[in-house]
Amino acid sequence: MTHNPIKKLLKEPRWSPYLVGVLLGVLSWITFATMNKALGTSTTMVHAAGGIERLVAPEHVSNEPYFVKYLGTTAEPKPMIEWQFMLVIFLAIGAFVAAKLSGKIKPEHVPDLWEQRFGPSKGLRYAAAFVGGMILIIGARMAGGCTSGHGLSGGMQLSTSGWIFMGAMFAGGLPTAALLYAGRRTKGGAS
Amino acid sequence: MNAWFADPTTLLLGAITGLVFGFLLQKGGVTNFGVIVNQFRLKDFTVLKVMMTAIIVGGLGIYAMRLIGMDVPLHIKGAALLANGLGGVIFGIGMVILGYCPGTAVAAIGSGSRHAIIGVLGMLVGAGVYAELYPWLNANILAVGSIGKVTIPEQIHVSPFVLLVPMLIGAIVILPRLGKNTSTPTRA
Repeated sequence: MTHNPIKKLLKEPRWSPYLVGVLLGVLSWITFATMNKALGTSTTMVHAAGGIERLVAPEHVSNEPYFVKYLGTTAEPKPMIEWQFMLVIFLAIGAFVAAKLSGKIKPEHVPDLWEQRFGPSKGLRYAAAFVGGMILIIGARMAGGCTSGHGLSGGMQLSTSGWIFMGAMFAGGLPTAALLYAGRRTKGGAS
Repeated sequence: MNAWFADPTTLLLGAITGLVFGFLLQKGGVTNFGVIVNQFRLKDFTVLKVMMTAIIVGGLGIYAMRLIGMDVPLHIKGAALLANGLGGVIFGIGMVILGYCPGTAVAAIGSGSRHAIIGVLGMLVGAGVYAELYPWLNANILAVGSIGKVTIPEQIHVSPFVLLVPMLIGAIVILPRLGKNTSTPTRA
């Protein structure tokens, strides 16, 4: 029985970060050269939030200048679901396929590292995830992008905004991680 | 114009790109909460290795295609020193609390993370909040230090390769010396 090396690689749970980095770089060549697009994700959160709000309060969305920028007005709407929106939906599907190929997918409610530090409470973890997500997207929209739009796409184009963003992201993240994870484990989390 | 859907070709290309992107993020381990948080604790450098490799390879390719005359437009976002800097700091704080960035959070939902779903809901609410704050931010914050859609090589008047080639050499020397993949290897 001969093993197909590609098949074997696809089943590996974890690839070298360099291989993944090279392939993400090549994926960017393709999107730049053939689709005239750069990888990004956080604009989609605006499209999704505005699109949902538009269902309940179309007038309000039509008068909110930030949503108008992305979604247009009631008279001249812009599509909510475009290239990047589809990209974001399929991010989950791509990751699902990748995880499935290397074994069974185990639902994670409270990650190990979190549990070691903050205990096994789902409620606490969910609350932190919600608040973290809110803070993060406010930052991303103020900065005009996130780890993919500013970090990857901005970084590779050597854009000034992308590199300022990445420096600032670590300037915010490093002390936050040091503070949050300063103490040792609390109430009997498994290691 | 349609309020909901762009044209089918655009949608299909976006879907294919997302599929590959999400696949790579999962195989790279960056859909793992511990890997992301431990990058910010300087205990695991997977995130930095993936990002720097992608940036250098992507940059060399994109600028090389332009050099040989291919029509490959850049997509530079405007630089506004206060907004990029302050937004980046806020983003970094949120990213450590959540344990994902927007792209890796959505991907992590696919690989089994349930708390990432809550994180993405938080992002949607955050986007709504941001839209309410926008008129004030636009008047007071967003334009401060605005210098337009510029790149570092343009600003210092060098070829992009003058930066990318040393970055490549630096990455080859430095990245393998940084940390060992210490986080939990295979979970979501």
